[in-house]
Amino acid sequence: MQHLNLPSYLEQSDDVRDRFARMKQRPVVLEVKNLSKEFESRGGSVTALHDINFKTRQREFICVIGPSGCGKSTLIRILAGLETPTAGEMLLDGRPVSGPGPDRGMVFQGYTLFPWRTVRQNVMFGLEVAGRSRAHAEEEARHWIDLVGLSKFEKAYPHQLSGGMKQRVAIARALANQPRILLMDEPFGALDAQTRARMQAYLMEIWQNIDITVLFITHDLDEAIYLADRIVVLKAHPGEISEVIEVPVPQPRQPDQFLSPEFLATKLRLEQLIHPPVADEEANDDALNMMRMVPKGSAVESVF
Amino acid sequence: MTAATRKSESGYVAPVALQSRVAWFAVRKELGPRPRLALSVLSFALPLLLWCAVSYIPWLWHPMMEITDPGDVEYFRAGQLVERETFEREAQAVVEGAGKLPTGNPANPIYLPAPHQVAAAMYTAFTDPPQRRSEKWLHESLGSSIQVIFWGFVLSSLIGVPLGILCGTYDFFSRLWEPFVEFFRYLPAPAFGALAVAILGIHQAPKIAIVFIGTFFQQVLVVSNTTRKLDPALLEAAQTLGAQRLSLLFRVVIPGIVTDLYRDMRILLGWAWTYLIVAELIGTSSGITWFITQQARYKNFDNVFAAILIIGVIGITTDMVLAWLGRRIFPWQRGTASA
Repeated sequence: MQHLNLPSYLEQSDDVRDRFARMKQRPVVLEVKNLSKEFESRGGSVTALHDINFKTRQREFICVIGPSGCGKSTLIRILAGLETPTAGEMLLDGRPVSGPGPDRGMVFQGYTLFPWRTVRQNVMFGLEVAGRSRAHAEEEARHWIDLVGLSKFEKAYPHQLSGGMKQRVAIARALANQPRILLMDEPFGALDAQTRARMQAYLMEIWQNIDITVLFITHDLDEAIYLADRIVVLKAHPGEISEVIEVPVPQPRQPDQFLSPEFLATKLRLEQLIHPPVADEEANDDALNMMRMVPKGSAVESVF
Repeated sequence: MTAATRKSESGYVAPVALQSRVAWFAVRKELGPRPRLALSVLSFALPLLLWCAVSYIPWLWHPMMEITDPGDVEYFRAGQLVERETFEREAQAVVEGAGKLPTGNPANPIYLPAPHQVAAAMYTAFTDPPQRRSEKWLHESLGSSIQVIFWGFVLSSLIGVPLGILCGTYDFFSRLWEPFVEFFRYLPAPAFGALAVAILGIHQAPKIAIVFIGTFFQQVLVVSNTTRKLDPALLEAAQTLGAQRLSLLFRVVIPGIVTDLYRDMRILLGWAWTYLIVAELIGTSSGITWFITQQARYKNFDNVFAAILIIGVIGITTDMVLAWLGRRIFPWQRGTASA
């Protein structure tokens, strides 16, 4: 990649710069302030997240990316209220929140559909819990199922659906509650490449047409650049924000942008942040103990 | 599950259809429907064949002689069963005394009737009135037993299942109740026989109490463990959708475990039958146990076998009916593992 003559990822076209400027005028939906999380373990306490600060504005698409062990899953679980932070707070529309609630929808990597409920009943769950009338809940559910294109499968049970379909139901189920923010924890991580690409396109379409702010965790650099307005890059030990990148790729995104200079420039920067050049010593520690096991003069002596 | 859905689920076509020969011993591979059916039939046919062989092939086992003509042996009577050794010794003695030889056919001990005798007994038990006035019809005995099981099991489930679910859901109840239940589980239910009679009288009540004690404590632990096995991610998902406290319990925990709970109940019902036999021996003997002991006392072992077999038939039929019902009630059950 270094051979290419790439622009800096910080260079933005006028349109992109203008869009980011307008975005900064939008109201803040989620604000994370000085968030830290420590886990107690045998060898003392481990800092999973340290002093995380960022803001998400209305209808913004934010991706969080980082090497394994950087605490990105812990972060999203804290935002969803499934774990409590050791320090700091989060504000939703300016009000502090704690504990899980329907104002923050969550889509998990493992689908987590209720196996005993049909697609429609799954989508109705949040509405039922909120005490809506059955008729109203059914109609709402139908609307959201239609939106993710699964009307034909309304009466199917989760085990009858493919992975991509299950995740679409999970998205519909989260959106039916009309949350302020949609938290997605590596939602497409378990899907094959083709399905994942299709799901990314669906998600973009949904996001463009609904008043929803998305916070999306991934470890896939291409996915992050393709989807996000801004990317929060975490580093590990302790989990801290190393940079927040404004993605210079113009919106709306198209699959052919994957090879555009802005895209590659951003990817280069992410690669540098996430896979920094390793010191020789460290590299040696992790190397295979390999020796030649193909005899001289064998039919294929070398793979090259 | 039809072949079509299985194929679409895993995208994998079973190799059985392609190969002409069935791989009978493939590790952890399911056999096709035909070999499966054949093996199920064999599973019953093999023990039955063994029983037939022992019963009908004269040189297989048959340690006794059934006397057809006593000859000159004084204490032999026609129809009497004697051990083969005794028969041969007496015959030898007769030969030496130049008397008339006794004759007889090889036979099995009286406690092992032949399949056809048991089959006949199974039929006559329902058609011919009992030989003695004090005796009950087989179906009356069975009816009484089923009543004891039913009430013992229903009462136990009414209390045990809710307690188990509470223990599995809330650590509070688990810590409060489970240590005691764990302790009580080790006390053998029959040990409470005398106590149950003293408190509840001699009729059905103490028997129901024994089945209850035998089932209840296991039930609480089994149900609480099943409840704990519910995927916690489902609870988390429900929480992010706004479910709290009781709605978590009633909308997620209970529907989430109900299929496993149903399976547990089928297994526990089997255990309840074990306690029944003990329960029926206390107080006034009654039910199928009394029928069996009574028939054994008069050496009607064909009736004994018939009664035991009927218990088995009732057990397996109930289980199959419950399994079939389960598939009806829980349509999502097939392939839940992949959901």
